[in-house]
Amino acid sequence: MTEAKVQEYPVIWIQTASCTGCSVSALNSVSPTIKNVLIDEVIPGKHVNLKFQATIMAGQGHAVIDVLEEVPKIHKGGYILVVEGAIPTKDGGVYGTMGEKDGKAVPMASRVETLAKDALAIIALGTCAAFGGIPAGKPNPAGCISTDELLKSRGINKPLINIPGCPPHPDWFIGTIASVLVTGLPNPEDLDDLKRPKVFYGNLIHENCPRRAYFDEGKFARKFGEPGCLNELGCKGPVTHADCSLRMWNHGTNWCIGAGSPCIGCCEPGFPDLMSPLYQKLDDANLPTIGKLPGKEA
Amino acid sequence: MTKIIVDPITRIEGHLKIEVTTENGVVKEAQSTGVLFRGIELILQGRDPRDAQRYTQRICGVCPTSHSIAATLNLDSAFGLDDKIPDNGRIIRNLILGAAHIADHILHFYHLTALDYVDVTKVANYDGNDPALNSVKAFVQRGELAPFVPRYEGDYRLSDEMNVAALAHYVKALEMRSKAQEMLTIFGGKMPHNMGVIPGGVTETVTVDKIASFLWRLNELRDFIDNVYIPDVLAVAEAYSDYFEIGVGCGNLLSYGSFDLDGKNADLTKRDRLLKQGTVSTDLKVSPLDTNKIMEHVKHSWYADSSTGKHPTKGMTEPQFNKEGAYSWVKAPRYDGKVYEVGPLARIAVTYVSGDPTVKNLVDSVLSKFNASPKVLFSVLGRHAARALYCKFTADSMPGWLLQLKPGEPAYVDYELPDESNGMGLVDGARGALGHWIEIKDKKIANYQCVVPSTWNLCPKDDKGQPGPVEQALIGTKVKDENNPFEIGRIVRSFDPCLACAVHLITPKGKTLGIYKVC
Repeated sequence: MTEAKVQEYPVIWIQTASCTGCSVSALNSVSPTIKNVLIDEVIPGKHVNLKFQATIMAGQGHAVIDVLEEVPKIHKGGYILVVEGAIPTKDGGVYGTMGEKDGKAVPMASRVETLAKDALAIIALGTCAAFGGIPAGKPNPAGCISTDELLKSRGINKPLINIPGCPPHPDWFIGTIASVLVTGLPNPEDLDDLKRPKVFYGNLIHENCPRRAYFDEGKFARKFGEPGCLNELGCKGPVTHADCSLRMWNHGTNWCIGAGSPCIGCCEPGFPDLMSPLYQKLDDANLPTIGKLPGKEA
Repeated sequence: MTKIIVDPITRIEGHLKIEVTTENGVVKEAQSTGVLFRGIELILQGRDPRDAQRYTQRICGVCPTSHSIAATLNLDSAFGLDDKIPDNGRIIRNLILGAAHIADHILHFYHLTALDYVDVTKVANYDGNDPALNSVKAFVQRGELAPFVPRYEGDYRLSDEMNVAALAHYVKALEMRSKAQEMLTIFGGKMPHNMGVIPGGVTETVTVDKIASFLWRLNELRDFIDNVYIPDVLAVAEAYSDYFEIGVGCGNLLSYGSFDLDGKNADLTKRDRLLKQGTVSTDLKVSPLDTNKIMEHVKHSWYADSSTGKHPTKGMTEPQFNKEGAYSWVKAPRYDGKVYEVGPLARIAVTYVSGDPTVKNLVDSVLSKFNASPKVLFSVLGRHAARALYCKFTADSMPGWLLQLKPGEPAYVDYELPDESNGMGLVDGARGALGHWIEIKDKKIANYQCVVPSTWNLCPKDDKGQPGPVEQALIGTKVKDENNPFEIGRIVRSFDPCLACAVHLITPKGKTLGIYKVC
């Protein structure tokens, strides 16, 4: 009996204006482990072939830049591009470069453009890649933009999936990759208006928060370490779409609100500017109508 | 003369280019250049000071915890809390920082460094029955070897058996570093970018179940450090013993110390810490830390020469693109006018020379194994050994801290935000001496400044023309095969570079960070 050939899925993972936190978070994947994802057939018969990822790849220098330039030719239209980080565009993109071509530094924006053009689909991993994130925070010194904005500005029309979070939960990323391997690219109805998979970002933190009963009863923590809803301490759970409260973080060990810290809204396009000051209570007017704020009418 | 450019240097944090010029195979000149800027300090201006802890963690997703501690110490001092943190808060911060450093050092040795020394492809000859190794063997046999090729070819010296064992440990280490981050989140909420460390203490409360859960993850990690990590570092050291003489560097070491053992001394340069503050040079004499001696030079950085030679709190940042003779966005920090290296080697050396008996035993036992004197610590292998020993020393200290926690007692003290104030936070992060400075006006951040470990280590030449620590470590190195310059990657990675940190402070054309007052 001959074994069926394993199908290879080439992936290029490029880091732009990032902090590498999304990569570190992906390393924390538990089931499957990152070893299962990169070495094993993460779906039977299918293997993620990670051609480029600067944090873990063995090679360096021109040899890996060659990989970056060859893969789009060899696998035209057949590879997934993962973008980690916002994309600096000010002053021709001089604030972020990667490798050289003909003796000149190549702007990250050009790298993303070239790689996106021939990709099957693009995953914007993390809030910086999805929406701009911290580096695009006011006054946005490097002119950082999101992947979506870059693609639009360069006239590239390719399927894009946003996996925001600062960092994103490893399940959100690995789960999205697995779903592409099993069922193909997501249908439009699988994504929300912001191109986030609804399966992970379909509900507000506030809807499933274990401290929700405190909110409904009007019991609020007034300082850190107290029991109660964290609304008065600036929690952004009522305006943040993610399943952290159900999924929990780092092998289900804990999560932000679980540790007594208010949510900072890191999965939303408004992070960081519209979420700051992070410890300032949300305007009641901004609260969704899913629960009335007790004492407000009285 | 041959020019070797390695761009990008991979398996580090961030974007780095290294350029060396060789003559008869020996490095004559070396240049270290960072190629990304985001300007986090500018983004902080005008914001709520408390937000600095959240924002500065995003300088780096590999060492966010170190930034959270430096930022919080900085804010504590600006808010007048530097002698008021409850013991539970102080200890939990130590546990969070310790967990982060364990995760970080395991990651550095196995996942960032090991591929310079270990030949993964040797697993093809494996005929045992370890399921993890057999799955890697199946992967190799399928023939699609990314991300393990391309790579430099040639100088892999471990035996087949050792290569295979190291590969098994590479896989195991993925699990262990992840477990260390889990341990951190028991008190920190999530990783990367912990939520628990805040001015005034920590957000999490102390309960016995958390103590037990932390302790037993820690025990598993200590077992790994003692029986896998340290033996693997020593095995690499035996096979590549010439690297005790390669990558010597500048010979001056600077440590801010880490892990507060006393929360009552407001002076961070003198506070009792597990790892000690100070400087040590090749004469192995320790000198006390004086932060007034820190200055930043810019002659070879893309900033106006008029802004050179300032203390970080008085620093001006006036970018000047394409300035003649400049080649980096990183400034060149100097201590007492001299070049200093920071990192685990510095804090271990300062603590060793200060006479800590446990550290002395650990270091001496390794030195006696190689029949070597302490001067070999100034090398590629010295840095790896010091990192591993530091990891053990920290992990072994943590069970005692856990047992000092008092369930039910506060871990946080409330405070009022001051209208105007200044602060300073100093800690040795995973990669070395990390300083944050803040100036508050109208309850907002007027200025925020970080001088980070990789700015020290990866800086360009200073005004006197003295090359930075990594540059000095490269100069004089014999490159055996210019097509496969293993030496460059091995030397640079021994410093564990973090470029997102080093170039976070660059400002765009025409903007300035303003003039600081001494705090």
